This record gives sequence, C-alpha cells and structure tokens, in this order.
Amino acid sequence: MNLQRLRAIIRKEVTQLLRDRRTFVFILIQPLMQLVLYGFLSSDILHQPAIVWDQSHSAESRRLIQAFVNTRYVTVHAYAARMQDIQGALDGGTAKIGIVIPPDYAKLIHASRPASVMVVVDASDANSARTLIATAQGVGSTLSQRIEIQTIERHGLGPTSAPIDVRARAWYNPDLRSQVFIVPGVLAIVLQFSTTFLSMSTIVRERELGTLEQLVVTPIQPSELMLGKILPLVGIGYFNMTLILLLAWAAFGVPVQGSLLLLYALTLAFFFSSLGMGTLISTMASSFQQAIQITQILLLPSIMLSGFIFPRESLPIVLQWIGNLLPLTYFMIVVRGILLKGVGLEYLWPQVLPLVVIGAIVFIAAILRFQKKIA
Amino acid sequence: MTAPDYSVRAFELSRRFGDFVAVDRVSFDIRPGEIWGFLGPNGAGKSTTIRMLCGILDPTSGRAEVLGYDVARDPEAVKERIGYMSQRFSLWSDLTIDEHLTFYADIYALSPTEGRARIDQWLATVDLTDQRGDLAGALSGGARQRLALACAALHDPQVLFLDEPTAGVDPVARRHLWDVIALLAERGTTVMVTTHYLDEAEHCDRLAFIMGGRVVARGTPNELKHRAMSGQVLEVESDRVIACLGAVEALPYVRGAELSGAMIHATVGSAEVASRLAYDLGAQGFRVAGVRPILPSLEDVFAALVEATDHSGATP
Repeated sequence: MNLQRLRAIIRKEVTQLLRDRRTFVFILIQPLMQLVLYGFLSSDILHQPAIVWDQSHSAESRRLIQAFVNTRYVTVHAYAARMQDIQGALDGGTAKIGIVIPPDYAKLIHASRPASVMVVVDASDANSARTLIATAQGVGSTLSQRIEIQTIERHGLGPTSAPIDVRARAWYNPDLRSQVFIVPGVLAIVLQFSTTFLSMSTIVRERELGTLEQLVVTPIQPSELMLGKILPLVGIGYFNMTLILLLAWAAFGVPVQGSLLLLYALTLAFFFSSLGMGTLISTMASSFQQAIQITQILLLPSIMLSGFIFPRESLPIVLQWIGNLLPLTYFMIVVRGILLKGVGLEYLWPQVLPLVVIGAIVFIAAILRFQKKIA
Repeated sequence: MTAPDYSVRAFELSRRFGDFVAVDRVSFDIRPGEIWGFLGPNGAGKSTTIRMLCGILDPTSGRAEVLGYDVARDPEAVKERIGYMSQRFSLWSDLTIDEHLTFYADIYALSPTEGRARIDQWLATVDLTDQRGDLAGALSGGARQRLALACAALHDPQVLFLDEPTAGVDPVARRHLWDVIALLAERGTTVMVTTHYLDEAEHCDRLAFIMGGRVVARGTPNELKHRAMSGQVLEVESDRVIACLGAVEALPYVRGAELSGAMIHATVGSAEVASRLAYDLGAQGFRVAGVRPILPSLEDVFAALVEATDHSGATP
C-alpha cells in the first residue's frame, strides 16, 4: 500500500465525483425522493369517510357517532336515509365505512338490553379495513363498558371496576405513528442504494471507457485502486446520512433517542459491506448495464426482506434466511435501535458482527477477483 | 542488473480467443534504444501482442521478456519500467491535462518537485502548456494523443509501447508525434510502435509485418524493400488510369497492381517484361507515357505480402 498512489486515486475520484451530475442525483435527489415517497405515503389510516344511517335520532346515538369521530380514524362524510344510500356510498368509494343505528337503539340501552349496531366496511383494502374494524370494536366495547358501569352505579352498587384491565403501552413510538418506524428505514434504504449504485460503477466504468487498460499497466495495486475508489464514497454516504437525519428530524419528527456518535460509527460497518458488495459486482460485470441489472436483482429483495416494511418474523422461513444474508437487514435494526429505542452497543453487537463479516468476505472477494489483466 | 542485450524478446508468443488465433507463434527481439515498428492491417494481432508484452493479457503459449524480466512471472517488475499507450481513448474526459499528468506522476511515485518539473517539461514537449487547464474531453484528436503519450512517458520508462499512436490523427499532428517519438529514442528509450500507416514505417529503425497473427516479414525499411519483394515493381504512366489498372491486373504475367497517386504500380517477375507491358497496353488503346522499374515503397511490399498471404491462405 503506497500512500502517494492512494492519495492520487482518491484525488482523481473526488474530482470526478464532483464533476459528475449523477453524484448529485444520488446525494440530493434520491434521498429526498425516497423520504417523500415513503415518509408521506406511509402516513396512517386516518379520517376515513363514513356514512351514517341514524334511525334513532337520540342523545345516545349521537354519543355513539361522536365516539367514532373522536378516534380520528373516522370522519362523518354523509348521512343516509336508507340502506341503499350506504350501499351506494361504499360502491362508489365516497365512504369507507357505513354505520347503521337501529330505531330502538336508545330505548334498548335505557332498558339495559343489548343494542346492536351494524358497521359495514369497504374491505377491498384489507389494511384500512382492519383498522376500521378494530376501531368499531374498540368504540363498541368502550361504550358498553361505560354504560354497564353507569347502570350498576345507578342501581346503587357503588363504584366498580372491570374484572380485567388491559393497559397497552406503546413503547418507543407512543403515538403509534408509522412514519417514526418507516423514516429510519428509509435512511437505511437510501444509504444502501447510493453506496451500492456508486460503487458498482467504479471498476466497470473504467473498463468501458478503456481507461482501466491504462491503469492496469501501471504499478497500481488492486487494494490501492479499490480503497481509493471507495473512501470518497464513504464520505458521500456520511453526507447523505446527515442530510436525511436532519430531514427526518425536521419534517417527520423522528427522534434520536440514542447516541449519534454510535450510529455514525456503526454505519461504517454497513458501508464496508455495501460498498464491498458494489465493488464486487463491479469487478464481475462486463458492462455498466450488466452491473445495474445485478444490482437491481440484489437490491429489490433487500427492500422486501430486510424488515423495512414487512416484519421479518412474518416471512416464510426461507425468505428469512435470505434476509439474513443482506447487510441491510442488520443495519435496519441498528438504525431503528439507536434512533427509536436509544439502545447501545451492548444490544447491537449481534448486528454489527454479521455486517463486518459480510463486508470482509465481499471485499476480499472483490480484491481477489480484480486481476490486473484485461481479458 | 547489467543491461540486457535486448529490451524486449518474444519467444513463440501465441494467443487464442476461442477458435480464433489472434497471434500465432510470434518471435522477435527489440534492441535498447531502437524504434521498432509493428505493421499490419487492423485485426492482424498487433494490439494483442503488445498487451501480452505489457503483462495485461496472458499468452496461450510462448513467453516474453521485457528488460530481462519474464512477463508472466514478474509482471509488476515489468509494469514499473514500461510505459504503455493503448489504442483506445485512454483519458478521462472529465479531468484536465494537468490533472492527468499529476495523477500519473503520483502513480509512479515521483517526488513532488520532480513530478512538477517533468510535467512542465512534457507539456512543453507535446505543446500543451497553454491548454493545461482544459478538460481532456474537449481536446482535438491530435492533442489527446499527445497527452496520452505524455502520460505514458512521464515517468521516463525504459521501454515505451505505443499502440497506434497516430490513428485518427491529421498528418501535421502525426508528424509532431513522430518527432516526439524520435526524441525519446534519442534519449535512449526503446520504443515499440504499431501502426497501419505504411508511410510511418520509414521512421522505424527496424520493423516487422504481421498478418493473420503471423509475422510475414521483418528487417530494416531498406532491407524489406530489397529482400521481401521477390519480384519487381514497374511504375506505369498512362491515360485513363482506372481503366488501365484493370487492364494491367488482367495481364497474365502481372502478379498485382495498385494505384499510387496518378501512377500504376504493377508487381511483375522481372524488369524485362517492361517493354512487353507497354506494348500490350498500347494494343488495348491506352496511351502509355512510360514504364519504369522502381524501388518498391513499403506500400508495395505490403501489397505484395498481402497478395502472397492471400494466395497461400492466411492461417495454415
């Protein structure tokens, strides 16, 4: 390893990166796009339009409707006069939920007899339907519990409490905002994309331009060339990361519970493996096009299998194994762990170890594969 | 180590790509300080041979020595001591002339003072001092080749391999490049240069013709003109040269004919058929102003070699 040569390669790479417009796409446009896409589109299922057929027209029925609205999951969009109105609104998509309150609703409640309320949900989107059904059930049981207690108290039996009191606490993300979960994931995804895409072009572009032939007749060592090409990309990665962290904090209110220093330090382990993987692809591909294809094949599953969107525990076991081979899987846990849970190295080292091992394997493979030959 | 007798030696060097034999048992020696030309049409195996000598392509069989080092066994020792200018555009369009030269100065570990001095000196030699801040992508073809040559020669290599340095360059720029090559040779650098421009062969001390992967002739330019041609070239001056060329080619005792300016160069067995040629053309209605035996140009030699090789089959 000759430091003068390493410096020369780094200086050349930095100059070229700064003059290449693609660099700015990767360090500015791409992170912004991903953040906006995933960050805003993943906002929670709130304010779903409801249509209500209130046949009771009583204080009790209004209290029920208000209970739905108070959850913020539902907004009353229209009132129906007959069942066909509800059918029409759900068919036409102007409402996602229909609430039907029977005429004898208030009377039954006063008589302490069970009153039934019908709730129909547009379940063509299973995800929002699940939320709405849970909302309806929650509203129903809360209200009936309250009525029950009132009834008992009215009969002079004194204050009472429910036999089982389940109190759920949402740790790490008390408001249950999905952005808080998704945005740190976007950070990991963006870093994965920019580092792999930038590093996969390193060798193969020189090969396509014909400049690699000129480089391999010089005394340059493969390790000098690789390191000289990768170190500037580590810089770009950190720039990227800082930008996203600022945006995540300013625009999405993502907290930083743990140590930023630790996050930056552990990210180096991730860069090691993701840049190594890109470089390995670059030494294997015979053209830039081919490198892009290989990279896409590798990156697409990493979105699906890394736990970015789908919980890994719910994946079939084989897909979980594949996920175990992806650096992103471990990095995802590291990023969320530090940002949301505020945990330290004592909890994260099982993630760091595979990152370092994967990095070492792909890096050594890339250096071994890179021969100072042209055919 | 003591200076070897030869700067470059190739022993039965061969390279196959699948079924295709690009280079077929090629042997030659290049002496220190000479300009050694490797001539042949495109695809003859010139670049493949040079790449094997530079240690970036493994030969299928045979071996090579550069400055006494076996290329296969010690490629890095070779790479430290040679310069190579590849046939393809080998510059980064988004780097300036200065940035290229600084890069190569560092790659060959020249000290900063030494590097700067050599860069200034080379910029003057290849006449690029005024353009040193320009991006390589914005340079003319001639300027690019001069920059590529400066990059390859900056570290003062003992052997310089130049693969088609003058390809796609205008005549003035070609002469400039050859002046620089001559200067390098005067300073003691061994230069192996390939070209498919035959007129450039005259700049070489010695040369070899390669065709279909085989060396078909070798020697000094003069030796080649005298020896390699088994026949005699007659220069025919006539009216209607294109029609006349056809008539000359059709004569049974003419082995080959081609245009050279406004003249026809016909290759025949001996000078004695000159008068017969003039008579035969006259009989076909051509006004022949003269038929003279001449010393063949390298182009004639090359044409004769192509002819001979085509008749015997290029690849045995």
